Amino acid sequence: MRRRSAFGYGAAAFGAIGLTLFLGWWRVDGPGAPEPMGQRPLPLTAMDFRLTDHQGQLVGPEMLVGRPSMVFFGFTYCPDVCPTTLSDISSWLDMVGEDAERLDIIFITVDPERDTVDAMAEYVGYFHPAIRGWTGPEAQIKRAIEGFRATYEKVAGEDGGYTMNHTASVFLFDAEGRFVSTIDYHEPREFAVPKIRRAMKEKPGGAT
Amino acid sequence: MKPVLHAALAALVLPLGAASAALADSGQVSIENAWSRASIGTSRPGAAYMEIVNEGDEAVTLTGIKTDIAMMPEIHRSSMNEQGVSSMAPAGHVSIAPGETVALEPGGLHAMLMKLQRPMHEGETFPLTLIFSDGGGVAVDVPVLGIAARGPGN
Repeated sequence: MRRRSAFGYGAAAFGAIGLTLFLGWWRVDGPGAPEPMGQRPLPLTAMDFRLTDHQGQLVGPEMLVGRPSMVFFGFTYCPDVCPTTLSDISSWLDMVGEDAERLDIIFITVDPERDTVDAMAEYVGYFHPAIRGWTGPEAQIKRAIEGFRATYEKVAGEDGGYTMNHTASVFLFDAEGRFVSTIDYHEPREFAVPKIRRAMKEKPGGAT
Repeated sequence: MKPVLHAALAALVLPLGAASAALADSGQVSIENAWSRASIGTSRPGAAYMEIVNEGDEAVTLTGIKTDIAMMPEIHRSSMNEQGVSSMAPAGHVSIAPGETVALEPGGLHAMLMKLQRPMHEGETFPLTLIFSDGGGVAVDVPVLGIAARGPGN
């Protein structure tokens, strides 16, 4: 009897371990695994969100199809990383030269609470004139973020305010709206500028 | 488990304690290439950048900053994770080894100027004092560059 219950416990323990391992596999490597981070953004043609640009016009991802584009996320209350990204982009555009006029350059805020249309208009006015600012309801910004496979998160600060964590990479799309590449935060311009040129060269049908 | 953990903690903490217990001499600290970006009004926080050089023989520990331009100046650190997500948090105390330079630069350590008391106008300067663990301070006049400035060189 004793032996049997010991065996029973052993079997139960074995079963529990097996179940734990199975659950672990399911969640980490199996069908229950979360979508891998850093996966490619959707093509712009497969995205769906409605925002307002800094001039008050309704905008969406379909407006970026037809011309190569450069899209990034940030917020205007960001004192360090975002102005650096904006001035990096301005300097890349200066290096690309006149061709930069063929690019759409979009800064989407992840902080619509503070970044109203007026706040965006004031802010983007200090950087390269080609940069446009998009804002809108939080639900729409969330949809945009999901389409780009990017992330953002509101974080409380000790002064009663808050800051935003967000994907700081710049996304490049060709004229057909297909994702081409990302430029990492503060990537040297000798790498960034050729990536921009590549996005601009990719023609419909994939020929360059 | 616990003693091991304590020992590990002690090993982590001791060098820091030793560094600040030594006579850190803020008189041997110099500041180079200070700059900041102009602000839009006073509602958004500003940031200032510089190189802090420890020319002495002892480590020094930067514990805070003071400036009349902001009510809440603090050393913060921006960082980027593997997924390219940027975040920012107070940096705490920053130790500078003898002969070493710590750079406050875009995308890394920076003087975060919260609750601006007046706008930071391009072309002006404002005084800022770095506070060290020996109680000493090192003052610098920080030039305000354009809002899209990339550094004192351009």
